Amino acid sequence: MGPIMTKPDLTTTASDLATDLDGAFAGYVRATADGIFSGSLRMLGDRGDAEDVMQETYARAYAALQGYSPARIKALKVRGWTWTIAANLCRNRLRSRARKPKTSLEGFDVAGTGADTEEQALSQIGMTLQEALLDLPFPQRAGVVMRHVLDLTYEDVSVALDRPIGTVKADIHRGLARLRQAYPEEAI
Amino acid sequence: MTDRMIADLEQLATTAPELAINAAIAVSGAADGYVTRPSAVGTLYISFSRHGISSVELADSPQDFEEKFALLYGRPALPVDRIPRVIERHLDDAIARGKPGRLPLDFGGLTAFQQSVLEKAAEIPTGEVRPYGWIAKEIGKPGAVRAVGSALAKNPIPVVVPCHRVVRSDGQLGNYSLGDPHNKRVLLEAEGLDLNTYESLADRGIRFTGSDTTKIFCNPSCGPAVRTTDEHRVEFRSESEARDRGYRPCKVCRPVSVAA
Repeated sequence: MGPIMTKPDLTTTASDLATDLDGAFAGYVRATADGIFSGSLRMLGDRGDAEDVMQETYARAYAALQGYSPARIKALKVRGWTWTIAANLCRNRLRSRARKPKTSLEGFDVAGTGADTEEQALSQIGMTLQEALLDLPFPQRAGVVMRHVLDLTYEDVSVALDRPIGTVKADIHRGLARLRQAYPEEAI
Repeated sequence: MTDRMIADLEQLATTAPELAINAAIAVSGAADGYVTRPSAVGTLYISFSRHGISSVELADSPQDFEEKFALLYGRPALPVDRIPRVIERHLDDAIARGKPGRLPLDFGGLTAFQQSVLEKAAEIPTGEVRPYGWIAKEIGKPGAVRAVGSALAKNPIPVVVPCHRVVRSDGQLGNYSLGDPHNKRVLLEAEGLDLNTYESLADRGIRFTGSDTTKIFCNPSCGPAVRTTDEHRVEFRSESEARDRGYRPCKVCRPVSVAA
């Protein structure tokens, strides 16, 4: 049921940000926001939480980029780097969720209505996979979501989760194996 | 079998809500976010930057506002569905009271003089008015009455920074920059100023009123002055008339310069 995703071209984003952070930031957000939102939504299973994480991710990204030299920005692997921030926020949110039922991130409250309530319709299989993802340990869940929902490279996933590529591959492999157990027989 | 599940996983990708993307862009300096709020003078378009509220405007439509904003500030304003918590917490109160309170404001681009004028205007209590000359004296620039007027005319954050509470010294309401000039009257009446009484005093040339029990004289809209009963109210055309009759200026509304 998901829309056809054309992967935005990020080849010039890092050098654009390095040259003119303020001028290029909007383009960077637009090029990466669908992925950050989709990934957070699938890791957290909650639209409001995913919007919070997306908000906070870009607030932190902007603050970080302000402190980086142009050379450092130019060398960034933009997608993986942005996901280091977002994955941390997702992990923290799951931890604080385990402590208390519902929290919102520093800095932003939901001011309007509507956006959070209209959950994108998922197919039956989509819902099954979403629920099965939420049962995976975080490294497996994050790895599977980044690699197979968002189509990040193993290298980007490794950067984002700050784990060696071999570990990431093993996590994703185990995660997929567990998902297969939940995947309905009749669909195979 | 793996391929089928992998394909289904890919279908879990979706798109981010447009308004949330805008809010994420607004965390940078690349664009401001904006929301709307109802008010006595119509729908207010309220923009904010990373530093605080950057403008309050009336507009016919979102497009109209976005065009005005881009022209004035040289950056886009994008509609958002969420705003920084510190703004969310204080915005509605600031609009209702016509006072910034703890709402952060972005006076970027204004001169130090313009800022001091706006900060002084923000001190005028809800439902009261002060002359342009009062602001000039209070900020230590008694000769800059016209400059005060033009600083207020360029107030980027009307309603919240209550330039509508600054009036001509002859008691006429004077100009107003937010939409219809009549809006100044609408805002003052909405916050409880008795304009009939205020204007009838002005028409008769009365600049100050005092109480014969306290021997204190005030700006006519100052709280204690408004509460003085008719039998005790004394009217003055000038500061010297009040002083000659043994009255001293109110320390709350400071109807004349502190140095006097």
